[in-house]
Amino acid sequence: METNERDVLMTNGQSVPKDAKVRVENLDFWYGTNHVLKNVVLDIQAHEVTALIGPSGCGKSTLLRCFNRMNELIPGVRLEGRVLIDGRDIYRNADPVMVRRRIGMVFQKPNPFPKTIYENVIWGARVNGYKGNEAELVEECLRKAALWDEVKDRLNAHAYGLSGGQQQRLCIARTLAVAPDVVLMDEPASALDPIATAKLEETILQLKERYTIIIVTHNMQQAGRISDRTAFFYLGELIEVDATDQLFTRPARKRTEDYITGRFG
Amino acid sequence: MTSSQQYDERLENRRRRGLIFSSLLFVATVSGLVVLITLIVDVVVQGGQWLDWGFLTSFPSRIPERAGVKSAIVGSIWMILLTAGISVPIGVASALYLEEYAPRGWFLKLIRININNLAGIPSVVYGILGLALFVRFFALGRSLIAGALTMALLILPIIVISAQEALRAIPLGIRESAFALGATRRQVIWSHLLPMSAPSIMTGIILALSRAIGETAPLIMIGALTFIAFLPTSALDPFTVLPIQIFNWTARPQADFQGLAAAGIIILMIVLFLMNLSAILLRNHFEKYRLR
Repeated sequence: METNERDVLMTNGQSVPKDAKVRVENLDFWYGTNHVLKNVVLDIQAHEVTALIGPSGCGKSTLLRCFNRMNELIPGVRLEGRVLIDGRDIYRNADPVMVRRRIGMVFQKPNPFPKTIYENVIWGARVNGYKGNEAELVEECLRKAALWDEVKDRLNAHAYGLSGGQQQRLCIARTLAVAPDVVLMDEPASALDPIATAKLEETILQLKERYTIIIVTHNMQQAGRISDRTAFFYLGELIEVDATDQLFTRPARKRTEDYITGRFG
Repeated sequence: MTSSQQYDERLENRRRRGLIFSSLLFVATVSGLVVLITLIVDVVVQGGQWLDWGFLTSFPSRIPERAGVKSAIVGSIWMILLTAGISVPIGVASALYLEEYAPRGWFLKLIRININNLAGIPSVVYGILGLALFVRFFALGRSLIAGALTMALLILPIIVISAQEALRAIPLGIRESAFALGATRRQVIWSHLLPMSAPSIMTGIILALSRAIGETAPLIMIGALTFIAFLPTSALDPFTVLPIQIFNWTARPQADFQGLAAAGIIILMIVLFLMNLSAILLRNHFEKYRLR
């Protein structure tokens, strides 16, 4: 049954490597009585950017939030099926605090803490018990997030003084400080102007070398530019997942084609 | 064309209505202020002549010229410090539990409704409770601590409600991003929720303590004395407070005592003002965390 599902989804004759970084097995998810994810089966490879696309309400953000157990903060949710990271179930016999440290997240709206730039980056490391050199870690993370050159002279300035794009890259730096393997991004560029978006995308491509990135986006050009694989969702179901250039040029499903060509969505 | 003209004609009317509305708001503000100022002027005129250093440093007396509010001021300060010390930690802790830890459900709703009801119960009822519970059952007597415990119960709902609202006003994004970094709930509370909600929580505490300092009925119920010619040296000593002293003086027929009562009111207002001022300064200190 499970392999059957996989065969259907993995179109164009691609096989599934055994060592998926993130594996979603028959995942169902409810907000109260609202069934928002239906039997999702998906593998995500390490050191790739995977884009989740689909019209509003298709469940892509909900799925993203299943990867770091963020959904649990909302009362009245229910989950069935499994999510495995490196082969380990993150829901059964797992501590959500540990899961969230390993699976970082950048949100739709830039949401730095009302603290200085420095404090924003170091806080997560501190609460997780970081004992090394703080200044070095801050610099390292800000460099990885391509923000260092812009803020190195004002690390003690308040984070709210940064532009939206800078704030979002600060949020990335903050996430990297706790040394995650996987970074989730929920429409990270939707509140940014085109120049800030371009810069953010460049940063994401650089991060790919060290991290596994899963990004939800409404912007199909963006998915095309930065992702290696794309998964298309519709009404809570995974319709199709494939290499991004395949999915955008030769989609296997009619519905995918309709969506990416702008016929609905 | 006609419809555009129609809108222009309405504009004059809309302006007039706006003017009437803002005038009403202004009148409402002024009427409140006028009453307040009248009250203050009246009190100062009546009590001003009785205000001197001796008034502050004398114990109450049957002779108006020798009467003062020393024991009442000291009692009020004791009372407010003890009340704050009891009610603030319990109130903020309850709010944190209810907002951040308690599982959502009908039980939580029931508690919430009850707290709201408690905030509306007349203070004299708390006095009866304090008398039965603290004075008699725990045998604390007519002591400062019995009064402070009663007062703490009285203002606890106000503190809990305002702290809950303050916590609820923190944007979801702050909680989410802190949790997403692998912080525990306790760390999220101490690093973000408490510092961010501190100014609003302080406002609630100021309001609650201001109410406590002016309350008379519950303390009369538990039997606070009106004539105290010594200072309390511990929380177990009998006491009096400014409002009780004022109440006692106003109940006397002689005009001199009416003047003393007015002077007592001035002192009470000054104490209240100083208390609020220090609380506001403290709040501004916390507000720096928020910036903008």
